[in-house]
Amino acid sequence: MTVKAPDLIPMSLGTNVKHRIDAWAKVTGQALYADDIRWPNMAYGVLVASPYPHARIVKIDLEPARTRPGVLAAIAGPGSVAPYGIMPSTQDEQAMATEKVIYLGEPVAAIAATTLDAAREAAHHILCEYEMLKPVLRPGVEQARPLIDPVHPERPQKDLFKEVDLEFGDTAEGFVHAFKTAEDTFFYQGSAHVAMEPHSALGYWTPEGRVELVTATQTPHYVQRELAVALGIDTYRIRVRTSVVGGGFGGKSELFPHEIATVLLSRACGRPVKITLSREEVFYAHRGRHPVSMKVKTAWDNNGKIQAMDFQSVLDGGAYASYGLATTYYTGALQTVSYAIPRYHFHAERWYTNKPPCGPKRGHGTTQPRALLEVHFDRVARELGIDPIELRRRNLTPPYSVTVNQLEVGSSGLQTCLDKVESLSNWHARHVRHEPDRGLGFACSTYLSGAGLPIYWNSLPHSGVRMAVNRDGSVQVFCGLTDIGQGAETMLVVLVAKALGINADRIRVHTADTATTPVDLGSYSSRVSMMAGNAVLEAAQRMHQILKDSVCAHKGVEPSQVTQDGEVFHVQGDEAVPFTQAVLWAEEDIGPLTTFGSYTPPKVLGHYKGAGVGPSPAYSFTACVADVKVDRGDGRIRVHHLWVAHDLGTPLHRPSVEGQIRGGVVMGLGEVLMERQVFNPDGRHRGPHLLGYLIPSIQDIPPITVAVVGEPDPKGPMGAKEVGQGPLNPVIPAVINAISDAVGIDLNETPVTPDNVLRALDQQSRRQRL
Amino acid sequence: MSQNLVELSVNGSIQVMWAWESDTLLHVLREVLGLTGTKNGCEAGHCGACTVWIDGIPRLACLTPVGSVVNSEITTVEGLGSWWQERHPSSHYHPIQRAFVESGAVQCGFCTPGMLMAAAALLRDVKFLTDQDILERLAGHLCRCTGYEQIVQAIRQAALTEVTEQ
Ligand code: FES
Ligand code: FES
Repeated sequence: MTVKAPDLIPMSLGTNVKHRIDAWAKVTGQALYADDIRWPNMAYGVLVASPYPHARIVKIDLEPARTRPGVLAAIAGPGSVAPYGIMPSTQDEQAMATEKVIYLGEPVAAIAATTLDAAREAAHHILCEYEMLKPVLRPGVEQARPLIDPVHPERPQKDLFKEVDLEFGDTAEGFVHAFKTAEDTFFYQGSAHVAMEPHSALGYWTPEGRVELVTATQTPHYVQRELAVALGIDTYRIRVRTSVVGGGFGGKSELFPHEIATVLLSRACGRPVKITLSREEVFYAHRGRHPVSMKVKTAWDNNGKIQAMDFQSVLDGGAYASYGLATTYYTGALQTVSYAIPRYHFHAERWYTNKPPCGPKRGHGTTQPRALLEVHFDRVARELGIDPIELRRRNLTPPYSVTVNQLEVGSSGLQTCLDKVESLSNWHARHVRHEPDRGLGFACSTYLSGAGLPIYWNSLPHSGVRMAVNRDGSVQVFCGLTDIGQGAETMLVVLVAKALGINADRIRVHTADTATTPVDLGSYSSRVSMMAGNAVLEAAQRMHQILKDSVCAHKGVEPSQVTQDGEVFHVQGDEAVPFTQAVLWAEEDIGPLTTFGSYTPPKVLGHYKGAGVGPSPAYSFTACVADVKVDRGDGRIRVHHLWVAHDLGTPLHRPSVEGQIRGGVVMGLGEVLMERQVFNPDGRHRGPHLLGYLIPSIQDIPPITVAVVGEPDPKGPMGAKEVGQGPLNPVIPAVINAISDAVGIDLNETPVTPDNVLRALDQQSRRQRL
Repeated sequence: MSQNLVELSVNGSIQVMWAWESDTLLHVLREVLGLTGTKNGCEAGHCGACTVWIDGIPRLACLTPVGSVVNSEITTVEGLGSWWQERHPSSHYHPIQRAFVESGAVQCGFCTPGMLMAAAALLRDVKFLTDQDILERLAGHLCRCTGYEQIVQAIRQAALTEVTEQ
């Protein structure tokens, strides 16, 4: 038999990385997601969940389940030795509820068996008795109706989770002298991440008393840290590794009950245990977009320049804290980064309710206020008789400036983004088209390239990289970052290949393992390219120096006589030295080659309480124009085209950048037109499955024109800024503004359903008749 | 009820196992045969991630009782390359796999196996593809990462390769 070598498909040409480094593993079925992994003697776990949104637990009897065939362990009780939570100051979760359940789907017990079927079957035999309480389904409802049991009666502030009040400059004065004032209210509906991969984790309590956890998470280092709190054991005993992750979008950014349960079940039965959530359970685990009610008031001078803003938001947080503290601040933090607002007052409240906990979803807390802000600016433009894009232009926050709330803005391509979508969409011709019920709408937005402060305040680096060059000429990069599908690992290879001037196929990356990779805080707040990118560049530069030093030493020349070109060191007046030779010389000189790099963001400027939320090393900017047609008959919105310009500094990997922009834009389109995580009056989710909760399918996608703009940012690695989250934000208000342009209705809530449109059209015609 | 001895033909080889008739093909592929390339996104027929070929036709493995496919030939993403190679000995990989890599159609990759199986069947069935064909045949396949455009591009690209290679 003759053996044919597989056809060679280069992933990269020289230092140029053409394709994602994980793509082949994913198209051949080789990539291992958590649920694909099976450890020897592994057991299967399931969670038993509360069928009620709010109830006292009277009794949980595990005994009948314990004797079912195949059952290895059944557990109930808090599970954790101490309450845990992602934000150190608001730790309020336990793995399983003990006295009370506070959302439908909250785990109360867990069971492990030899097969999944056996575990599922036995779970039905756990006897749970509850005493139902009235569910709290709206923020602050207990204030109006004091007889309702609060979600968290033990707290002095009851269900008011957090109240924030910040003022920068004298807002009242801005309103007194205004040429014009305006006011709008808006309700932004909650939504879910719906990563295609349901959460899954494998836990093992080893005979030596160590903990191994392999899980689909965006934040392995935080999971390790929270797990240490929850289990009450030393952090160093716990190793958390991230499997290949099938999408995150914020939904896998903290420790979840199923992750703890795998470890506890494993301790109870002595075997590794895997728990994979069902799609329904994912809707209950949630941590998705907060529903937010908002109100904005603005003051303007006669040139259409904003003088003051008052912004209020009320967040419906669901049952637990999650990232809610940060979310609350984020609903007020970035307004000033797009627009130069000289006086700003911000008030926010987040309330607990008997619903699955809300948390961070792509755009974390900035998506909701952005929708209102951009809709409001359009209405102000209309009243002032100024073109909507022109109104924005007059108010842009200048690059390299400091905002009134002490945020340091660096490079900004927002102006270019505006210009770009304005010309691409042929904006100024829109009113001569005369197609009835069709209109264009504009919006812009801004996002962080990583949060300026870590979740646990300390002065340690936010990202670390260890780099080794082996004798075989390979470059091994170790970094705690997590590729959740966005292409973070490819980004590392791109930067290392460029920085070392070597062929990209020499480079291998090892990521997301608390035992072998230096801490990177995780894939959240669009921080990875900025922070891990800068860290890996530092490690590469140090490696380059080592190699060059050895070339100089072995050739007996000065550094100025050596230049590098690709994989060759040119030595003045001597033979060139290949990269691989330089590696051998360097190892001869100093031993195995290892360097380190790390990144810590610049110091935060502001000193007020809450100043930690908002600062970032660099901000990305986006502008969007939507072209829509409204069907007056059935209220349906058809989006004909979207133009999106995004300023991300230097694009590091074009296909990934384009993919992130398109993916974010389409997720935004889903949020504005179809998605909602909503509940019946009895607290049940209206449709915890993919027919009840619709996300965009391939048939829902209009043509989308993507423009990548901007200049290299001085703080970004090779000038790069974020692209993972920002492009979602302007889509929602752009579509709403386009609807207003098309048929003259002002919509004040999301999603824009045909019902809402018909109601607004109806009100409009009644007003016209009056 | 008891388990039956089930004989399945998967990716060209015969597999014999004990299974419940009601076990889904998805369960058998992933848990019994260890072919984890086929993904479980919902177990309810809503997402398309579990799509495999049953006698060449794309089907949802999560809705297929294993008892109903004992006389059928099953192809999963792991077998797509060999399926292609049997017909085009010069390559281990189906052009759609290469096109997905080259077009940036893969992000998290969880929808990818199902997408590939649907797309490969489409390429096989329809000689001169229109975008409308692509939209129709991929309508049941959800992707949360890509916004679909690069997936459509990949299928267009593969359609060209296939035509030129023949
Ligand atoms: S897993 Fe079969 S359609 Fe979703
Ligand atoms: S690539 Fe992630 S779901 Fe399609």
